[in-house]
Amino acid sequence: MSAEKKLIKFTEKGIYCPQGRFYLDPWYPVDYAVISHGHADHARWGMKRYLCSDDSKAILQHRLGADINIESIPYGKEIKINDVLVSFYPAGHVIGSAQIRLEYKGYVVVFTGDYKTQPDFITVPYESVKCNTFITESTFGLPIYNWKKEEVLQQELHNWVKANQTNNRTSVFLGYSLGKAQRLLSLLEGCDDIYVHRSIYNTNEAISSSGIKLPDAKLWSADLDKKTLQNKIIIAPPAILGSRMLKRLPNPATAICSGWMQIRGNKRWQAVDAGFAVSDHADWNGLISAVKASEAEQVYVTHGSQAVFSKYLNEIGIKANELVTEYGDEALAKAESENEKAITE
Amino acid sequence: MKLFSELISAIEITNKTNAKIEALVNYFKVAPDKDKLWLIALFTGKRPSRPVKTSLMKEWCIEITKLPEWLFLESYSTVGDLGETMALLLPAPTHKLDLSLHEWMTELKTLKSKSEAEKKAFVLEAWSGLDQQERLIFNKLIGGSFRIGVSKKTLVNALAKLTNIDANQLMHSIIGNWDIESITFEELIHGKHINYDNSKPYPFCLAYALEKELPELGEPDDWIVEQKWDGIRGQIVKRNNEIYIWSRGEELVTKQFPEIVEAIRNFKDDFVIDGEILAMKDNDVLLFNDLQKRLNRKNVTKKLLEDVPIGFYAYDILEFEGEDIRQHSFETRRGRLESVFNTIALPDHIKLSFLVEFNEWEELYNIRNNSRAINSEGLMLKMKQSPYHTGRKKGDWWKWKVDPLTIDAVMIYAQKGSGRRSSKYTDYTFAVKKDDKLVTVAKAYSGLTDKEITEISQWVNKNAIEKFGPVRTVKPELVFEIAFEGIALSNRHKSGVALRFPRISRWRKDKPVEEIDTIETVKQLITAP
Repeated sequence: MSAEKKLIKFTEKGIYCPQGRFYLDPWYPVDYAVISHGHADHARWGMKRYLCSDDSKAILQHRLGADINIESIPYGKEIKINDVLVSFYPAGHVIGSAQIRLEYKGYVVVFTGDYKTQPDFITVPYESVKCNTFITESTFGLPIYNWKKEEVLQQELHNWVKANQTNNRTSVFLGYSLGKAQRLLSLLEGCDDIYVHRSIYNTNEAISSSGIKLPDAKLWSADLDKKTLQNKIIIAPPAILGSRMLKRLPNPATAICSGWMQIRGNKRWQAVDAGFAVSDHADWNGLISAVKASEAEQVYVTHGSQAVFSKYLNEIGIKANELVTEYGDEALAKAESENEKAITE
Repeated sequence: MKLFSELISAIEITNKTNAKIEALVNYFKVAPDKDKLWLIALFTGKRPSRPVKTSLMKEWCIEITKLPEWLFLESYSTVGDLGETMALLLPAPTHKLDLSLHEWMTELKTLKSKSEAEKKAFVLEAWSGLDQQERLIFNKLIGGSFRIGVSKKTLVNALAKLTNIDANQLMHSIIGNWDIESITFEELIHGKHINYDNSKPYPFCLAYALEKELPELGEPDDWIVEQKWDGIRGQIVKRNNEIYIWSRGEELVTKQFPEIVEAIRNFKDDFVIDGEILAMKDNDVLLFNDLQKRLNRKNVTKKLLEDVPIGFYAYDILEFEGEDIRQHSFETRRGRLESVFNTIALPDHIKLSFLVEFNEWEELYNIRNNSRAINSEGLMLKMKQSPYHTGRKKGDWWKWKVDPLTIDAVMIYAQKGSGRRSSKYTDYTFAVKKDDKLVTVAKAYSGLTDKEITEISQWVNKNAIEKFGPVRTVKPELVFEIAFEGIALSNRHKSGVALRFPRISRWRKDKPVEEIDTIETVKQLITAP
């Protein structure tokens, strides 16, 4: 029986560390939860006690309530919970996102949460951590997913906005309020005036309160007149599609920004004007390079293409197993987006 | 290829026909002459034959990417399109090739006769010199369909918008015989190579679904009743020894149905006739499913002609010896049609639509209900005094279709769609009970909303038994009402029955799987002809 088997246990409530007596991103209420980042499928409501990275703290409080019992530590700092050393390392996924490193008697487990290896303009870049056991996500675990460089994406988005302006259209970018929205802000900064939906505006306020500087964005409120918004840039959560708020805009052109947009069929699935493959997750080569850099002797593959990715890892000589979790739940992400819409509707 | 690549991007992102037309018009305004001609050729099925086999391209792609074949196939089943899969898998380009559409097509034409090594060198060079979107287009130019929803009709509408030339004339022009090397764009759209006077069709007269009780239509004697045949409406134009067949979608389909053209040649008179194109064998009308095998074929092979022979039921005559007689009453026109058909000995596959004999309205209920037995989808009621209207007009013509049959069945397999639907599970297989087991009865894909498809796809992701490949076996749990037009005993189906036109009529979230139909109750729906 290897040490790792003792250090982490896969339970119905989530990934559990018996020596530390805490869970990693649990999906049911527990006494002590160590949280990788602020998305709803990882940071859930109802834990008696939360631990996260410094940059995630304000986000969790904003999303889960100011009264939650929460502590935070900076990236790289180690604390001891019972007998286990716990530390956070940047995951490059969204602001505040972290890989969780656990060490017990010299045995190291890294839980990535969600991550992206490619640097962008806004998140602290992913940092590889060596370990014995590596628990990786696999959202885009197929070789068809290869992201463009940030500078190339930036150029594409700017070109699209310019083309819309020539046709007197207002550019509306759709992305979740935590993560994609800030990423888009950083990509579109300097292109033209940017307005954001209230759910994003509020998230930005929370992020800024912890001392992180974000590009300027004004609130897209219902009382703004059409002329002000004409030809400008708007960032809103996807649930806004089909809403009255969107219909009130002068001649909007809508773009979905998501890794799934890599495939043509997905772009055509929703009635939008453009689709950009902007993802907060690692692409195929990112996943493989992260696994290799970890030098782990055992890999567990969670949410996404876990069957394909773990099969491939085994074929290239890396011991990997699938792990069924409740992360990457589309229904949850959708519910979250609906809530975002409800804020203003 | 930048212009063409931008055009394809603009078209594929939208599901609005007008936006597609707009993009095409913009392309026609700026593209070089030869590129425009190639675009028309590509979207009207005039492409040169495939110079490189798909299997070779796949092999080269695997060789370059060094991926195991199973992973290539897994990628393919996620993308749903081979050309696109390869475009996504190949490494980033190392240099930039900039050829126009015309130049690429010319290269591809000469490639056909070259050796496999030369072909490989050419394809690999192209792949390493094109970006992802251009590479996809290159793969599509070699062979395969763009699947971006540009029909001949859309293309023609764009050309009509650009030039103000009559759309039907443009349809004849682009369908007609022309060769890229010996015609200009201007000559093509002005129809230098055709005689439109000979092919010009009339707009079809269409009927509304019956929305009142029969007696409310007035006296039975004022009406003519025919079977509503379930094929494709067609208009046969015969003028000056030339014969054209127009479909209701305003496409010229002459070449698809040589046996109709041959038979029509025997008539001496000139005329324009409206009727139904049907699959027909030994005087019997076959299922629409059979007819489908004959539609949109580039080549009609001898075997296909034998397997699925085509026939024609004539409904109406719109023009006789150059005279437009659409304003004459239907009764008069029908008389004219009969006399024209009496001038020659008709072959078996060209028929007059037979009239349903009746004195009282009540007699029609039974006749309508028995329509299925002769593969008709119901009845057509036409007022004797009605002119041949342009388009749909309420009151003179009514269609009175039989109600679909329905059963409740459970989903057992789900498969991803293609094109727009490649990311979702859209194609389902359904089963009913047979003793304590399940037996497959139908495969269906239409009839659900995008929202329902998304919900089902998520459910499939969580409840699938397989993890690889495009088909997922799922827990038999989701119940659907399946509607269909007919049912017959069949030896080819494991269940012993074949359903005609099965489609999902609704998702029965209220029904547990225990309450689905059994194969016995399904068989009871079969009515003896």
